[in-house]
Amino acid sequence: MNFMTALEIIVSSSLLVAAPLIFTALGGVFSERAGVVNIGLEGLMIIGAFTSIVFNLTFAKTFGPATPWLGLLVAMIVGGIFALIHGLASITFRADQTVSGVAINFLALGLAVFLVKKWYGKGQTDMIVQNFRKIDIPGLSHIPIIGDLFFKNVTYASYLAIIISFVVWYVIYKTPFGLRLRSVGEHPMAADTMGINVIRMRYVAVFLSGVFGGVGGAVYAQTITLDFSHATITGQGFMALAAMIFGKWHPLGAMGAALFFGFAQSLSIVGDQIPFLKDIPSVYLLIAPYVLTILALAGFVGRAEAPKADGIPYIKGQR
Amino acid sequence: MRVEYVIEMLNIRKEFPGIVANDNITLQLKKGEIHALLGENGAGKSTLMNVLFGLYQPEKGEIRVNGKPVKITNPNIANELGIGMVHQHFMLVEKFTVTENIILGKEPKTAGAINIKKAEKEVREISEKYNLSVDPHAKISDISVGMQQRVEILKTLYRGADIIIFDEPTAVLTPQEITELIQIMKALIREGKSIILITHKLKEIMEVCDRVTVIRKGKGIDTLNVKDTNPNELANLMVGREVVFKTEKSEARPKENILEINNLVVNDARGVQAVKGLDLDVRAGEIVGIAGVDGNGQTELIEAITGLRKSESGSIKLNGKEIINQKPRKITESGVGHIPEDRHKHGLVLDFPIGENMVLQTYYQKPFSKGGILNFKEIYKKAKQLIGEFDVRTPSEFTLARSLSGGNQQKAIIGREIDRDPDFLIAAQPTRGLDVGAIEFIHKRLIDQRDKGKAVLLISFELEEILNVSDRIAVIYEGKIVSIVDPRTTSEQELGLLMAGANPEKEGETNNV
Amino acid sequence: MSNKYINILIPIIAVLLGLIAGAIIMLISGYNPIAGYAALWNGAFGQTFYIGETLRQATPYIFAGLAVAFAFRTGLFNIGVEGQLLVGWIASVWVGLAFDLPKIIHLPLAILAAMIAGALWGFVPGFLKARLRVHEVIVTIMMNYIALHVTNYLVRNVLSKQKDSTAHIHNSASLHSDFLQKITDFSTLHNGLYLAIIAAIIMWFLLEKTTKGFELRSVGFNQHASHYAGMNVNRNIVQSMVISGVFAGLAGAMEGLGTFGYAFLQPDFSGIGFDGIAVALLGGNTSIGVVIAALLFGALRVGSLNMPIEANVPNELVEIVIALIIFFVASSYIIKWAIGRFKREAK
Repeated sequence: MNFMTALEIIVSSSLLVAAPLIFTALGGVFSERAGVVNIGLEGLMIIGAFTSIVFNLTFAKTFGPATPWLGLLVAMIVGGIFALIHGLASITFRADQTVSGVAINFLALGLAVFLVKKWYGKGQTDMIVQNFRKIDIPGLSHIPIIGDLFFKNVTYASYLAIIISFVVWYVIYKTPFGLRLRSVGEHPMAADTMGINVIRMRYVAVFLSGVFGGVGGAVYAQTITLDFSHATITGQGFMALAAMIFGKWHPLGAMGAALFFGFAQSLSIVGDQIPFLKDIPSVYLLIAPYVLTILALAGFVGRAEAPKADGIPYIKGQR
Repeated sequence: MRVEYVIEMLNIRKEFPGIVANDNITLQLKKGEIHALLGENGAGKSTLMNVLFGLYQPEKGEIRVNGKPVKITNPNIANELGIGMVHQHFMLVEKFTVTENIILGKEPKTAGAINIKKAEKEVREISEKYNLSVDPHAKISDISVGMQQRVEILKTLYRGADIIIFDEPTAVLTPQEITELIQIMKALIREGKSIILITHKLKEIMEVCDRVTVIRKGKGIDTLNVKDTNPNELANLMVGREVVFKTEKSEARPKENILEINNLVVNDARGVQAVKGLDLDVRAGEIVGIAGVDGNGQTELIEAITGLRKSESGSIKLNGKEIINQKPRKITESGVGHIPEDRHKHGLVLDFPIGENMVLQTYYQKPFSKGGILNFKEIYKKAKQLIGEFDVRTPSEFTLARSLSGGNQQKAIIGREIDRDPDFLIAAQPTRGLDVGAIEFIHKRLIDQRDKGKAVLLISFELEEILNVSDRIAVIYEGKIVSIVDPRTTSEQELGLLMAGANPEKEGETNNV
Repeated sequence: MSNKYINILIPIIAVLLGLIAGAIIMLISGYNPIAGYAALWNGAFGQTFYIGETLRQATPYIFAGLAVAFAFRTGLFNIGVEGQLLVGWIASVWVGLAFDLPKIIHLPLAILAAMIAGALWGFVPGFLKARLRVHEVIVTIMMNYIALHVTNYLVRNVLSKQKDSTAHIHNSASLHSDFLQKITDFSTLHNGLYLAIIAAIIMWFLLEKTTKGFELRSVGFNQHASHYAGMNVNRNIVQSMVISGVFAGLAGAMEGLGTFGYAFLQPDFSGIGFDGIAVALLGGNTSIGVVIAALLFGALRVGSLNMPIEANVPNELVEIVIALIIFFVASSYIIKWAIGRFKREAK
């Protein structure tokens, strides 16, 4: 196998693995930029995966190839609504936000598997037929070298993720909504005195985190596992969380970090196909993203700062 | 002659759980006047203005703007009515630029995105019109306190405020910046604005305001024309009784040096030099007061003496022994007591019972513990003793420190520090936020210590406190002691100039600060 | 209303609310809630065997709960119990396999190994937090996954020859108890239960009665005032995470030396660590609370296995109930507020 082929496999695999991480990490960015810690990204991915698979299994005959995309849409809505539970607990009930996130993960897994068992009579769904397939992107895949590397054997979802990252960046840094969102996460009282509804802004942000997390889970399930069980989402949500932090709570940083983690993960998956990597025990590749995140946090300290009011419930009238 | 009121707050009642912050208060603002709202800390001034600004809703009462009754349910409505507020603790997002802070909530848009160029242009125009110089591109975290305040003012003008509320605006300014602010306020009046000035500083009221409304413990006491009154009368109304401005004390009889600081250099949190070669001595039996505007190195100086911050070079000697860069515990054991500036941050563990707070520095010593095991009987015995001796009002020694009032928390801290019988006692902003009764108590205790032959270092932003209590006053400016003066012969004017770095003897004219 | 009274009431209310919500979910889904909860009860307490299993399940929960509670009390959030217990598990099994010593040495040695492994795994986030102010939540989550992959690697490549599980540890390192098994109709209950109770007592004593506990609590509440008072904040943060890791490692030893007696490849976390968070919360972060909450959770987990058998209800319902209980406990502010309203209206 020559170098180019190896590279093609790695790039294609990285993009595949990174896509769900990118979406979910973007969700985390919305929530935390508004000041609500969201450890529950794992649970949001679970809900998205579950929703999309169930929708897909039920409506694949009706919608054909459009099914997975509609599955994304449904996952967005359900994910957003589910995230509101975290919002309710954290914002209105002033629960500890980390604890609420942990509870969301419990709840999502429990609810999803409960419903699977109830509706399908077993713990694991059938496999979907209409999934996101690996394709060659028309036009772009014909570009010499770059085309082979980046646009063959990829899914649309991966590039959608990258494009959406830029959209999110624009929204957060260039629009009034984004300015207000960030103000609520940095200095909610100042935002309040400027007439911004802090509570509503935080709910919207948490809702968005559910939307994006749901998409992340739906992309993952409809691309990689093609079914749903309690073992579908195992840690991807936490890896997305790490990507968000690694990316310093910045949408493009999170995207870059997610791509990097996708790269590391894919090395461990496709490693035994590539002669150079075959000899490295897979365990090193498996733990690489996690070790790197810890190193990054240790190295970037002081400069990688969470939004100032992250994790602190906003109480009117408190001085 | 009909009086034209732009704002009327009539019979306002505002409650919080367990307390009536505003009890039937009436405030009327005439067009084009500067109206003072005077009261002690905790009297209810800020609450009343927050009601006007829409942050709180009153339980009872009516607000009228230009004669029309209105309901101000949130700051947006206040803004639309032309009411703007310059907060005491600035409401600025550190990471944002000046422009972003000013336009937040009312951003000029083009096709959905913020039109930052238009925003900067508008900011420049307003700042030039009112002579409030700011740098539109600068981040809040990088600009001076004075400029930050101007940004706060611009926020209100950007929204077209005609009525501007200033909440304790001079607390963080140098005397010269205060003069500038007064000019700004007068300019605003000339442009047709009306101003409410919340303050507890009598001199400012006498100088700048037309009328003053006094409130005390949530109730409105009286509204007077400034021309017809004087500081003493205002002070009495504010406090409710005859206020003694001077603390009774006998002559100091200082003896040997207890604390000797030589050429001390200390860096601040950002690595910039904050104390730049400072010399200071404090003798047994005297109180040395350090006067200076916040940010001239006082905090770093105290932290260096108490071992909370590393000193770069120089020497700090206590009773002749070098204590520079020793660990806090060792310094405490050597005989240093410290009443910290921020009692909630450094002085107490609020979620511990007040009794356990009393042994925060001594829990590891006998009799409070032995062999690593705590002796709670002894701990609470000591706590009870201190609570009684220092008049700490608390339901019991087991009550959480959080539940005590600020004054009682401070008394507890003072009791703890004094009980350890330190040779050298530092008191940093010891009476900040306290009522007059607590202030008198604390001042008496400091003088007591001095009479017992201890060395006391007092740091305070309240010039009156420094003048009353100190035997010698050391003025700190840009990390050095620039002058040592006698409180009996100096004046607030002279101190103000020294604190701002000027040399009063060289100045041709003196500003009436 | 006294604080202590409220602190006991809130977990009880939270559990009741959780159970009620679970009943509602069962109803909506077409199941019989009474049959469901009856199956749950029977599955936990219906036979001595089940009681034994419940107690056995509660054993690592006590350790996990103590680990999280200890960290909470000292101002830290230890989500890394999953990883810490995995390394403790592996370490104890390793010692159990590697040596042949009389029980009086071998068993304590294996337990010590688990404690050291857990301590090390707790040291890393503690050190990073103390020295570099890195938030322990993320570091511990990362360490969880590192532990998962590393321990799996060790099981496959070091402790066994490319197999999915290791051999059984020698009897001299086992927590197995003939006595306990006999009186519980041959459940897997083992001597670890005694250790768990002892550990709970030690934690209480350490935190409430010693100068070290005073320091740890002080640092947990207010680092600034503690520093001011002369305490070494960084050292205390590290010590806190290390001690928490020790408890977590011991939870792993319970599984490695007691419940199973060997180690095996794990596709995912055991869940004991995350349950430990719920146990600590429900127990109000106190020793006695943790023990009671651990028993409750043991009953829930063991009992839930009976629900599909006896009442045809998927056992995931218990997962949902647990999640809701956590929400309710965490939202205690709103419960306190509701109690306050209720009292005022009653007047």
